[in-house]
Amino acid sequence: MISTRRSSPRIGRPTLLTVKPIEMIETIIFYVFAVATVVSACAVVTVKNPVHATLSLVLTFFTSAVIWMTLEAEFLAISLVLVYVGAVMVLFIFVVMMLDINVARLREGFVRYLPLGLAVAAIMLLLMLSVVTSDIFVLEAGSEPVPKPADYSNTKALGGVLYTEYVFAFEIAAVILLVAIIAAIALTMRKRTQTKYQVPSDQIKVRKADRLRIVDMPSSEEQ
Amino acid sequence: MMTVTLSHYLILAAVLFSISIAGIVINRKNIIILLMSIELMLLSVNLNFIAFSHYLDDLAGQVFVFFILTVAAAEAAIGLAILVVLFRNKRSSNVEDIKELKW
Repeated sequence: MISTRRSSPRIGRPTLLTVKPIEMIETIIFYVFAVATVVSACAVVTVKNPVHATLSLVLTFFTSAVIWMTLEAEFLAISLVLVYVGAVMVLFIFVVMMLDINVARLREGFVRYLPLGLAVAAIMLLLMLSVVTSDIFVLEAGSEPVPKPADYSNTKALGGVLYTEYVFAFEIAAVILLVAIIAAIALTMRKRTQTKYQVPSDQIKVRKADRLRIVDMPSSEEQ
Repeated sequence: MMTVTLSHYLILAAVLFSISIAGIVINRKNIIILLMSIELMLLSVNLNFIAFSHYLDDLAGQVFVFFILTVAAAEAAIGLAILVVLFRNKRSSNVEDIKELKW
């Protein structure tokens, strides 16, 4: 494992009384983008139009990428925007717009299942919060992560472990992507019957006898 | 309360996860929204992984998120391909219309 922890240039720890301006900014960024994430996630599951839902999901990914950035996961934040928003979400929008969806019919049962959905979500949220806010997840004083130095490269560190320690899983991920490509193409490919096309093997296999018929007939009769 | 701690991120991830659970229950007729709710769920799990990775100073969490992103992309591609084929055959993307295997 490549060492990820280096000596920090920052000296001194924040106490409860004095909050540094940089942490103030971090807190503000976290709250702003957390609220944006939650609001846009609510929009994903409640808006009527599937296109709007997809666009809200894009916004959710963007704000999540900012939050990942504050957690010093720069490579993953960028790849979330590039790969997820740039490829997967575009594919979603593509499919949603291509299909002629009857929105009204898909909305039936929304009001009926709303209380059940909210109840299930509230129960799960309460259970998770009771675990998450317990003292187990409170770090000991002094063990908070120190900010990485300016010349630290998250991408380099991630690549260092990805191609050495996790190389086998990396190859499996590549195979999974290959399977996904083949499956997606095989599922959606259509054989068209009307189109005219050449069959090279038939063309090669053709012989003289198939096309040319020599008729033996006498020449013009003597008169 | 002014500094952001690990619990803040975990609470945010829990809220996101609950929203996606509610979305699955509420929009149970609509396959597209169901797929999006699953994406949202994976996102909240990824946030958990990254928060732990940051606060425990261990890169393994970020590597895991990398693989989750890969698998999620594959899953979205195949899911949408199935959806397209389904719509081509049935002219509908409603869960209620897919009942061939129902006995």
